[in-house]
Amino acid sequence: METREYPRLGENVSRHTLANGLEVIVVHKPYHAKRYAFFATRYGGMDMRYRQDGQWRDTPAGIAHYLEHKMFDTPQGNALQELARNGAVENAFTSGSMTAYYFESTEHFYENLRILLDFVSVPWFTEESVAKEQGIIAQEIRMTEDDPEWRVYANLMECLYRESPVKVPVAGTVESIQQITPQVLYDCHRAFYTPGNMVLVCVGDVEMEKVAAIAEEILPAERGEDIPRDYGREEDPVPCCKEKELAMEVSMPQFLGGYKCRPCGGGEELLRRSIIGDMACDVLFGDSSPLYARLYEAGEINGSLGGNFDIMPGASYLYVGGDARDPRKVFDAITAEARRLAQEGIGEEFYQQIRRAGYGQSIRSLNSFENIAVSLGEGHFRGFDYYRFPEIFDSVTKADVEAFLREEITEEHAALSVIWPASDGTEEGAQRP
Amino acid sequence: MARQMLMDNVYLTYIPSEKFKTAFFSAQMVMPLEKDTAGRNALLVNVLSRGTLRFPDMQALSAHLDRLYGARLEPTVRKKGENQVFGFVASCVDERFLPEGERLLEPMADLLGELFLSPATRNGRLRGDYVDSERAKLADLIRSDINDKRLYAARRLLEEMCAGEPYGLSRLGIAKEVERISLQRLNSHYQAILPAARLELFYCGAAPEKRVAGAFTRAFAALPRQGAVEPAATTRRPAPEQCRVVEEIMDVSQGKLGIGFRTDSRDMAATMVMNSMFGGTSNSKLFLNVREKLSLCYYAGSTYHRAKGLVTVASGIEPANYDRAVTEIMAQLEALKEGRWEEWEFQGAKSSLRNSLLSMEDSAGAMEDYAMGQAAVGGDESIPLLLETVAAVTPERVQEAAACLKSDTIYFLKGKEA
Repeated sequence: METREYPRLGENVSRHTLANGLEVIVVHKPYHAKRYAFFATRYGGMDMRYRQDGQWRDTPAGIAHYLEHKMFDTPQGNALQELARNGAVENAFTSGSMTAYYFESTEHFYENLRILLDFVSVPWFTEESVAKEQGIIAQEIRMTEDDPEWRVYANLMECLYRESPVKVPVAGTVESIQQITPQVLYDCHRAFYTPGNMVLVCVGDVEMEKVAAIAEEILPAERGEDIPRDYGREEDPVPCCKEKELAMEVSMPQFLGGYKCRPCGGGEELLRRSIIGDMACDVLFGDSSPLYARLYEAGEINGSLGGNFDIMPGASYLYVGGDARDPRKVFDAITAEARRLAQEGIGEEFYQQIRRAGYGQSIRSLNSFENIAVSLGEGHFRGFDYYRFPEIFDSVTKADVEAFLREEITEEHAALSVIWPASDGTEEGAQRP
Repeated sequence: MARQMLMDNVYLTYIPSEKFKTAFFSAQMVMPLEKDTAGRNALLVNVLSRGTLRFPDMQALSAHLDRLYGARLEPTVRKKGENQVFGFVASCVDERFLPEGERLLEPMADLLGELFLSPATRNGRLRGDYVDSERAKLADLIRSDINDKRLYAARRLLEEMCAGEPYGLSRLGIAKEVERISLQRLNSHYQAILPAARLELFYCGAAPEKRVAGAFTRAFAALPRQGAVEPAATTRRPAPEQCRVVEEIMDVSQGKLGIGFRTDSRDMAATMVMNSMFGGTSNSKLFLNVREKLSLCYYAGSTYHRAKGLVTVASGIEPANYDRAVTEIMAQLEALKEGRWEEWEFQGAKSSLRNSLLSMEDSAGAMEDYAMGQAAVGGDESIPLLLETVAAVTPERVQEAAACLKSDTIYFLKGKEA
């Protein structure tokens, strides 16, 4: 076991790799009433094609998310209820590259931890229970179909990527989930829910010795097979479609523009790249950027404009969006601003101001136990220590951000997704210009 | 937690804590929620957020916040009971984590004071261009509530159920009325409420109380105080004889069902436990039956509006399942009235309430929201006291609390017929 102080962050972290390969991370927070546990597998919506027992397998879209729902079933009933009885607030999520189960509780922490490790590591599916879940997940998918933010994102991904599984909705479709059977779920669980492919992060007033002892007692002794995955051919950074539109019951147009960037490997380089991408967002269209002020004052945008830089396996992209009466105009203005900054350079004073703000923002994010756990867990899966961000931050230069803008945020890499208000709306409000 | 009066009708809630990476600030006006002024108050905060004398535009203001290590400032408008609470919340990195030992508390308090007292002006009045732009944005924002059908349905249920009561009003006012607010009207409104409104200040962080009180007192020293308007007490009404049903049609694939109940029970702690058992957690009767057993929905839950004495149920369902869902929800409430539950449901509900109350002290934002709610409705219930009263609730009191629920309105948002 190794314990490390991070004086620049005021954090103290213990790390321990168990004999079965499970990485256990404890972030010590002695003054908080709440304690948080996060148990995650490096397996998400993108991992649809993989090799197990010597052969490649194709699984239906939405399988990782379906599995997440079904893991809560136990031979005794349902783990959600067991945790809730102890006053724990529990939940789970599936992203493109990760499935995570977590709870927070102020009492019975170690008892709850046992329940968590137990239900996630022991699969229990029946024909009946799998069939029953179809109704619930179909309603979840229907709910996203009515959500303009979700639709505008899904359409952008359709524009940006030709084949990459990054564009497939994590929950799948009402049709794809009908192909899911108990056997497929058991196979995927056996492949990916192995100690060697997982991480356990605890935050709060928690002891590593107790956590490790419980994990060793409950989890399998074997680390499990390494499972190769296939994310398809690496795509060049050119979208396959420049624009997609859709009409929905919304009050004004919403847009999401994206820039398809070159994929990025793992390790500390990934953390560095993600800091550069975030700074590029701030410089380009952040609240204090000249462009934001100009667009806001001209009434082209409202406070909803925002964006992010995402790095996924084999894919990375920067997106920006919000409400706008004329989305094309706003998006073109952002692309033009990127070109200007790349040519003229970022002002030194403005850069230092953005740097300070970005650093403060990273410190601030450590208020959230969930952010801490997700960042450290993801760092483990991708080969870096997230808590080294102050040092990495120091190493990023203005030239790095300018190079990023010049190479990635260009017209050639850009695609735009727009949701227009359904035109038969009788309410006054924005109509398509 | 300590609350003190800094000036006439100005209060400071101070919470010392070293466990956060940031210090949290809030400055809020509290006024009775009224149809005529709701939109004006909301618009005013947004206009004030555009700039001050020292930082007269957004870019200057954001640059200042950036230099304070990415301090955050956000205009907020909330409904607490039948009051409107509006102002600014702000936060900055705790001084302990700054590389050069800079001070941030005083600049943050100063900025909050300036936002209220020295806004950017032209010819001694709020700037017309800011008012024009914020008016249009606020109207857009109010209209945009149809974008999230779940929130839309929740708001529409309250609007229908509490028509004619302040609680049925939206916290931001009505789009059409906001569009009619002139610069002159907003100016005179600003001049009228500045001396009269209750001001609630809040700080949670590592700085000592004296320094915090000093910084706020200095920042708000120029605040005029005259003709104090007190927050409004919440009114209660009985449910109608016959439950009303309101249907609305929109182009959606999932129907949104809302059911509103009124309660005349004064036993708040028992109603909290009852609501938690009914639909407050993933262990609740609604979750286990409407979702898990019958697979009718992805979500089904209930909310207790403590200050107003309402319980609302929300669920997203296939429109064809409307009758089954309503019947099942009502049947679950009957079960509570008749005491049909297992011991773990009762204990689990209490334990989940205890957990959420204890966890509030791990979030500065949650404590601020709670403090503002208490201040607005004139409550003085501390979290430890609430913990005690919840622990003392008995099964009989839960049954009685359930028996007090009378259905008032059913709201259903459904798709166009295929």
